Amino acid sequence: MLELKNISFNAENESGEKEILKNINLKIDNSFVVITGPNGGGKSTLAKIIAGIIAPVSGQILLDGEDITHMSVTERANRGISFAFQQPVHFKGLTVYDMLGLAAGKKLGINEACDYLSQVGLCARDYINREINSSLSGGELKRIEIASVLARSTKVSIFDEPEAGIDLWSFGNLIRVFEKMRKESGGTIIIISHQERILNIADRIIVLGGGTVSSEGTKEEILPQLLCTVDSGCRVLADTAREENQ
Amino acid sequence: MNSTELELLKIIADMDGKTEGAYNIRANGQLADRHITENVEIRSKTDNPGIDIIIKPGAENETVHIPVIISETGLTDLVYNDFIIGDGADVTIIAGCGIHNCGGEKAEHDGIHTFFVGKNAKIRYIEKHYGEGDGNGENIMNPTTIINIAEGGYMEMETTQIKGVDSTKRVTTGRLADGATLIVKEKLMTHGKQTAETEFKIDLDGENSSTNLISRSVAKDNSYQKFVSEINGNNICSGHSECDAIIMDNGRVSAIPEITANNIDASLIHEAAIGKIAGDQIIKLMTLGLTEKQAEEQIINGFLK
Repeated sequence: MLELKNISFNAENESGEKEILKNINLKIDNSFVVITGPNGGGKSTLAKIIAGIIAPVSGQILLDGEDITHMSVTERANRGISFAFQQPVHFKGLTVYDMLGLAAGKKLGINEACDYLSQVGLCARDYINREINSSLSGGELKRIEIASVLARSTKVSIFDEPEAGIDLWSFGNLIRVFEKMRKESGGTIIIISHQERILNIADRIIVLGGGTVSSEGTKEEILPQLLCTVDSGCRVLADTAREENQ
Repeated sequence: MNSTELELLKIIADMDGKTEGAYNIRANGQLADRHITENVEIRSKTDNPGIDIIIKPGAENETVHIPVIISETGLTDLVYNDFIIGDGADVTIIAGCGIHNCGGEKAEHDGIHTFFVGKNAKIRYIEKHYGEGDGNGENIMNPTTIINIAEGGYMEMETTQIKGVDSTKRVTTGRLADGATLIVKEKLMTHGKQTAETEFKIDLDGENSSTNLISRSVAKDNSYQKFVSEINGNNICSGHSECDAIIMDNGRVSAIPEITANNIDASLIHEAAIGKIAGDQIIKLMTLGLTEKQAEEQIINGFLK
């Protein structure tokens, strides 16, 4: 169980301090949760606060009852939090195989490593010895990022916009990866996404806008209201809804 | 040979007693052991200290080890080695210099290596520099490499200096004929108060000659590195040099390119990037459970691999 109590975060810009998150209170138990909402609504900030990459101005984060608010990224990782970056980091000299081994925390057999890559739709043999650098496309890097979280198989996995940079052809595969994780993982999966097909497999949807939780519930409760409010700012959803109505 | 010397041999030349092919071991300024084969002749020079290594034309898949080790303090060793690679030969030469300096005086090895790579010959030259010691004596290495590549010849040079060399100045010059190729891969890590200078001067004289100079380095503590790459394009040719450096602590790095096109069809590129480890690289590895220090180590090991 992941619990956020009164989490607030401010960022500085030219006109002074801006509130990014205002008193967020959430309880996330073992389930498949999608956080959605307009760009700039504080979704990525919230995910980074959970992973420990940025510190909240105030509030508390509890993991299975333990206060992790002041723990480092490393300590949280070792307690079972994984984070897939929206923009994967490049490494000169580190191969895909190295990265998967570091993620798994042990020396992986070639077959094991290949299995993680196959799960994200990469033909493993072509990739295992590639360096994680700009010679890989954005979509490839993204899938390797997701594979590294799969290799960790921790109790909380956070994915920041996993669909960004993945082409339409591969998108179906990505959905299957998450469906499989949902079935097999005993833990919590938190996905930040604008994609209706990802929202569709959620146990719970949290809508974050203007720094607060504007609504929260099952997909049956939340999806219809999201798809109807064109002005909600969630353009992707609105566009998808419009296309489907035509 | 004592155990310290045997250990050095293993580090710099991967030699552990059962070396295949020709070899020549120089220890503390003297010939320690030598083995020649049908295609590989090794001769001591008569005018200067050093050896001539002669590979027969057309020899295939030959491997030659020529390590130099110094385990005495206060020794300055200067050698002249000539490599004559016959036309069409294909050879791998593993050189390397290891210094174990336990005394308080300096130990120095200066090598002058001259390569004559024959027509359509192919050579891979691997050189490792390594210093250790528990005294306060300095370990100094100043290698000079002079490369001449004939028509269609190919040379790949890998140089590595990871630890323990207090001061080094490496000078490499190359002259390439028609269709010749020279590739240099340098890996360097300095720490403490070390200084390392690397200087390349490559003349692309031949039609369709090409060179690629790649340097990856890490400068830690108060160390200083200087990378100078001069490439002269004197014909239809292509040249590329790349200096990629990570600085840590108070480490300093200068990259000084000088590329000159003397022909309208010369295509020359220089790239240099110097900076500390990117913060998001460390954070990414921390999200996998590594500490900040472990993350740094992984990034540097990968970078210099």
